[in-house]
Amino acid sequence: MLVTDRIAGRSVQLMATCLCDAFYDDVARATVEVLEHVGCEVEFPEDQTCCGQPAFNGGDWPASRKVVRHTLKVFEGEKPVIVPSGSCAAMAFHGSPLQFEREPDLDQVKALGKRTWELTDFLVNGLGVDSWTGRYHARIALHHSCHGRGTRTGEAMERLLKTIEGVEVVSFSEPEQCCGFGGTFAVTFPHISKSMGQLKIKNMVSADPDVIVSADMSCLMHQAGLAEREGIDFRVRHIAQVLRNAISDS
Amino acid sequence: MKTQPIDRYAKDLDPEVYASIHQTSNRRVLQREGSLFGDYPHANRLRHWAGELKRHTISHIDKYLEQAVTAMESRGVEVHFASEAESARRQILEILKSHKVDRICKSKSMVTEEIDLRRYLEKHGIETWESDLGEFVVQLDDDHPSHIVTPIIHKNRFQIARTFRDHGLGDYTEDPENLTQQARKFLREKYLSSIGTMTGANFVSAESGRIVVVTNEGNSRFGLAGAKVHIAVVGIEKLVPRDEDLALYLNLLARSSTGQHLTIYTEFIVGPRPENQPEGPENMHVIFIDNGRSETLASDCRDALNCIRCGACLNVCPVFRQASGHAYRHTYPGPIGAVLAPNLVGKEGFAELADLPKASSLCGACNEVCPVDIPIPDLLLRLRNRGKEEGAPGSKIASPPMGAWATLASSPTAWKMALKGGHLMNVIPHGMIPVPALRTWLEDRTLPDWQGGSFRRWLRNRKQK
Repeated sequence: MLVTDRIAGRSVQLMATCLCDAFYDDVARATVEVLEHVGCEVEFPEDQTCCGQPAFNGGDWPASRKVVRHTLKVFEGEKPVIVPSGSCAAMAFHGSPLQFEREPDLDQVKALGKRTWELTDFLVNGLGVDSWTGRYHARIALHHSCHGRGTRTGEAMERLLKTIEGVEVVSFSEPEQCCGFGGTFAVTFPHISKSMGQLKIKNMVSADPDVIVSADMSCLMHQAGLAEREGIDFRVRHIAQVLRNAISDS
Repeated sequence: MKTQPIDRYAKDLDPEVYASIHQTSNRRVLQREGSLFGDYPHANRLRHWAGELKRHTISHIDKYLEQAVTAMESRGVEVHFASEAESARRQILEILKSHKVDRICKSKSMVTEEIDLRRYLEKHGIETWESDLGEFVVQLDDDHPSHIVTPIIHKNRFQIARTFRDHGLGDYTEDPENLTQQARKFLREKYLSSIGTMTGANFVSAESGRIVVVTNEGNSRFGLAGAKVHIAVVGIEKLVPRDEDLALYLNLLARSSTGQHLTIYTEFIVGPRPENQPEGPENMHVIFIDNGRSETLASDCRDALNCIRCGACLNVCPVFRQASGHAYRHTYPGPIGAVLAPNLVGKEGFAELADLPKASSLCGACNEVCPVDIPIPDLLLRLRNRGKEEGAPGSKIASPPMGAWATLASSPTAWKMALKGGHLMNVIPHGMIPVPALRTWLEDRTLPDWQGGSFRRWLRNRKQK
């Protein structure tokens, strides 16, 4: 899934993701502030909606392609598109090309994929940022979301976190196991999704972290939602929030 | 509301079965990691190479199959082809009858499970014994294997102890070593009194026609030692081009499946006993089985045929761990099974298994551990699309409809209105919102407060400053 030769640069477009648009406004704000901190000029195309992944994963490819075609129009141009989500980024450079294999506009889909980046991957591998300033005093359990497999997101997150004063990344067992969100999977297989999530939570909580950090709010929404129902103390932060808060504490 | 069969199966799964599976699969994941990356820091390159080579082989399967058959026949192997299960079963029965074999010991072979051979032979008067310990337990329990490599991953030793006692294998014991001794004693007699033996094949070299069988118990070798007739049942996808390619695959197979550097026994069988060889079967038959493979080859899931049956994707799969192999209702369970099964059953059988590709969070762990780098999640997605296109009921169960969402998400005006309208969710009780998917979500999870549009407002305010 590794994408090389991608288009970088400091004039960028932000794809905020539907989840941040609807629930996690602060994550989108943090993403803007982090990008500006490293000298990026951030443009937000107002007509953006969603990357199209829910229908793609659900198996309704015509519905998904309709949304992807809208997204193609919204993110016209040559600028890198930055997403605070490994999952939506992977949709752009891996999922969408798969469902457009036999479509006439495959090339445009691939072109958008080539300039779409998950935030920390962009910082480290697109801009060459290799350390982060500031302080963030916390034991962090890092949830490597599954769409980061085969990409450089996990490595990028760890690299940046390691350089922040006060951060301690704790390890926990079965780290390769999915938390069970999986988009529509969470409601199509509710029992399995819940059980996977509870196991993940148990493994992470055993390491006694102060906060669970990930590059994907979708996984965190599922985990935090389960934990809250069970009355488990489970604080989650998006990696963008950690980076932003570290700067403001410097 | 209707629920997915695999989700239901997982919900009703015996906690003891869950514990057995979780313990073994988790251990296997760690053993694989240690043995593979411990010896080969760049193991991923090996996986990619092995995948490319297998992809090449499958794309030229007609050529390699012909090459293998020519090599086999030149050494006196009788080669047979079966396009589907019934033809394979019938031909095998005929071979056994022509050699007057009425009892056989067979080593472990998934393709014989696929064609349900043991039950068929027994029905037709051939006493058939599974000589792999796990498969032997499966046979005594009249069960089915729930894992490709570890057939009784769903059982613990206490259950096995009861089975052995009930079948009169010896005094009740829970000690694994004593249990193994009981099985050994029982099977020895069967070995010594049968003139026929059966194996599968892990690989077939097209270059030499050599078939390769790996075991950890030596049961295939033991069976071969005394038998006059050897029947090897082989899926056509087992080919590799050259003998030297076996080094790559044997190294990857053992590490990926059991975390061993190599399985304890590796047989290289090149044909029946030549005149100057003191022992070994005088007759060797190879049955090449298609049974849906050609159809899979012609589909957009052909990469699934690269599978070397290591079981690594099962071990690492969180859904397999929750549901068990039996939940998949087919010989091949887990992620690769969810691709293989709906393909192998052919066009008519697809609808019946169209729910299988849905049973995945698409986490990609299966692809990450696959020794031949099969893009399993991509194949699952293609099958989901196919299920939707063909209107297969199994793929529809509990799946939120996407039409309205797609309309909303391709109209910026409607989207912005929805961002505002969503605030109602913060006011009205969630139980009153008539969206089934949301209700399912809320049964086990809370939902964060709706903040629709607030990021956009923040951006606008900033610009104005």
